[in-house]
Amino acid sequence: MEIGLAHYLTVAAILFTLGILGIFLNRKNVIIILMSVELMLLAVTLTLVAFSVALGDLVGQVFAMLVLTVAAAEAAIGLAILVVYFRNRGSIAVEDINLMKG
Amino acid sequence: MILQTLAFYLFAAVLLASAVMVIASRNPVHSVLFLILAFFNAAALFVLIGAEFLAMILVVVYVGAVAVLFLFVVMMLDINLTELRQGFLQYLPVGALIGLVLVIELIMVLGGWQLSPELAAMAQTPTAAMSEYSNTAQLGQVLYTRYAFLFQGAGIVLLIAMMGAIVLTLRHRDVKRQKIARQVATKPGDTIEIRKIRPGEGV
Repeated sequence: MEIGLAHYLTVAAILFTLGILGIFLNRKNVIIILMSVELMLLAVTLTLVAFSVALGDLVGQVFAMLVLTVAAAEAAIGLAILVVYFRNRGSIAVEDINLMKG
Repeated sequence: MILQTLAFYLFAAVLLASAVMVIASRNPVHSVLFLILAFFNAAALFVLIGAEFLAMILVVVYVGAVAVLFLFVVMMLDINLTELRQGFLQYLPVGALIGLVLVIELIMVLGGWQLSPELAAMAQTPTAAMSEYSNTAQLGQVLYTRYAFLFQGAGIVLLIAMMGAIVLTLRHRDVKRQKIARQVATKPGDTIEIRKIRPGEGV
């Protein structure tokens, strides 16, 4: 069977869903949530690259590089916020983050 | 051809299995290690589809920087593991249901369309034949010319992320620092006090 665009898109769709599922299931652990976001971004990158190759258009790969850049920046900022939060509160449970709830 | 098919299924299966382990593993350190495995397999899929440069970027940037950053943070923070696992089974039925609905929707959307025939003519930057230029050379040719502003924008995003991370995590301990503005603004009355002291009496 020929491996085509649909195969890659299916893998990316399942990967994206797994990322969303990770956010749902690990509602207390911010680190796992950040990792799930990384998984979702990876799925999006996979989709972009698959379309780029299937359509013979290089823009998709350029855009995928930008997605990777933003993902790296997001991970750095998110982990920095996490470290500061842990330093102040001594825990990283998401449910404790309700100071500004009012 | 059969080899390529087998390789695709192998890499895709390991990718999805390690993604499952990322969200299901008990120990966050194991999660990060499975995340690294997932990135490696995604890079292999990129190579398989013909995007070698992005595969290299994925390995270098993600495995080399982001995943190691995750590992560093996970190991630096002293996390109570059992407390964080609470609620996993509680959310599992709803989460699984939503995930199932979402994946069915996504696959229905992805399976239900077809490419327009005139799409090939509309390509912004058509890919040259692989025999002419490699994937990296092609990307370089468009990235520094047509998409130079996007490239610089990406650089600015990274710069601001770096500055943000430093500003957030920098701790100001009790360090004596020179404050030039305060030094310049000092008046004689701030530092010198003139008192009349009579002979024979103390201050």
